[in-house]
Amino acid sequence: MYSNSYVFRYAAIMVVLVAAALASVAMLLKPAQDRNVAIERMRNILAAANIEATADNAIDLFNKYIVEEEAISPKGEVVGVYKNQKLEKGDVRPFDINLKEELYKQSKGQDFIVPLYIADVNGKKLYIFPLLGRGLWGPIYGNLALEDDFVTVGGSMFGHEKETPGLGAEIQNPEFENQFLGKTIFDDKGNFTSIKVVKGASKVLTPEQYKHGVDAISGGTITSNGVSAMIQSNMSNYLEYIKKQKI
Amino acid sequence: MEAKEKVSLFSARNIKLLTNPLNLENPVTVQVLGICSALAVTAKLKPAFVMALSVVIVTAFSNLVISIIRNGIPPRIRIIVQLTVVATLVILVDQLLKAFVYDVSRQLSVFVGLIITNCILMGRLEAFAMANKPWQSFLDGIGNGLGYSWILLVLGFIRELFGSGTLWGYRVMPQAFYDLGYKNNGLIILPPMALILVGLIIWIQRSKSRELVDKS
Repeated sequence: MYSNSYVFRYAAIMVVLVAAALASVAMLLKPAQDRNVAIERMRNILAAANIEATADNAIDLFNKYIVEEEAISPKGEVVGVYKNQKLEKGDVRPFDINLKEELYKQSKGQDFIVPLYIADVNGKKLYIFPLLGRGLWGPIYGNLALEDDFVTVGGSMFGHEKETPGLGAEIQNPEFENQFLGKTIFDDKGNFTSIKVVKGASKVLTPEQYKHGVDAISGGTITSNGVSAMIQSNMSNYLEYIKKQKI
Repeated sequence: MEAKEKVSLFSARNIKLLTNPLNLENPVTVQVLGICSALAVTAKLKPAFVMALSVVIVTAFSNLVISIIRNGIPPRIRIIVQLTVVATLVILVDQLLKAFVYDVSRQLSVFVGLIITNCILMGRLEAFAMANKPWQSFLDGIGNGLGYSWILLVLGFIRELFGSGTLWGYRVMPQAFYDLGYKNNGLIILPPMALILVGLIIWIQRSKSRELVDKS
């Protein structure tokens, strides 16, 4: 029969071997994986600028169209600038800012910074604001592009981790994203309205409200509400910056 | 040296290990195992293919590893050892997917990690690998993996074709159809429809192979 000491030794050796094997593989593959994650983020930012990129050309297209990256403080100051593939100001490349960590710092009342991507597409400037929020089952994210009036939406991209296919997951659908084109985040008096995702928006909102609203997803109410909240809270962090730009 | 029975690598018995699970012992339609991943990842053909390939590899190699070490495993921690082997292989596959086919790994997301909960694996380890030689176990793993795979590919093919009008991401449904009023079937993308399709496959299979029908 197998003695207890044999069982313990067997288990201990197996655990050590497995841990060593997995740790080495993870270390070996990490550079490739990180690169893939970065490429995915670049594709998402370009998508908000209505540029379709593949995994192969994402980096080139990103360098071509995103002409400047900025790090913005909640007071509206530009504390970091990355231009021409060089960090001109600040100590971290805005693309490398961990938005989740920064928003966490914000929730704890600490100082934080948020990134901003400035795209130049055939002479037209688009300001791309990254978004991070909560859906029903997990995180949702996105990028909102404003035209150079800082009021009109020029493009948008939304994504999720775990939302239900066919329901909340539909926020990824171009049909949902295209609704945002032409919508405005400020009303005529200059008040911040954000964009609200509302059930039956085209029918229940007044024409004035509909300038700042889009249709929610049937069966995806909570995810849709998550998108509204995400746009509202993330864009609020840039209000001071936008105020300074409009002067 | 004792004379060992020389069994060729691909003897008739060994070939049966590969072919039985394709039809009469199909893990999905006959043993009714691995259903949830069969429904979850078959909305499109490409993830279905990658998942199928992953399951074939993990089942085959975990069968192989367990068969090699089967005589030294303390019975008391048998299940734990099996779990560890499968989990390690699954994590390796997951890491490789994330590094080399990132877009597919995003579509498969949690389901690769859930391969370990796929009853097919533990089922084969207990029923076969613990009591058979390595090469046979390896073949059994491949056979069952392939049995699972063709079901997944059929589901992926049907669901993507009629649910999105594409195959492997390439548009296949002619635009002319859409102009005439044809619409993609949104229902077929949802999991319950996949279960109904599995039921239809079981129906067809049993009509063709009467021996599968329960004598009740």
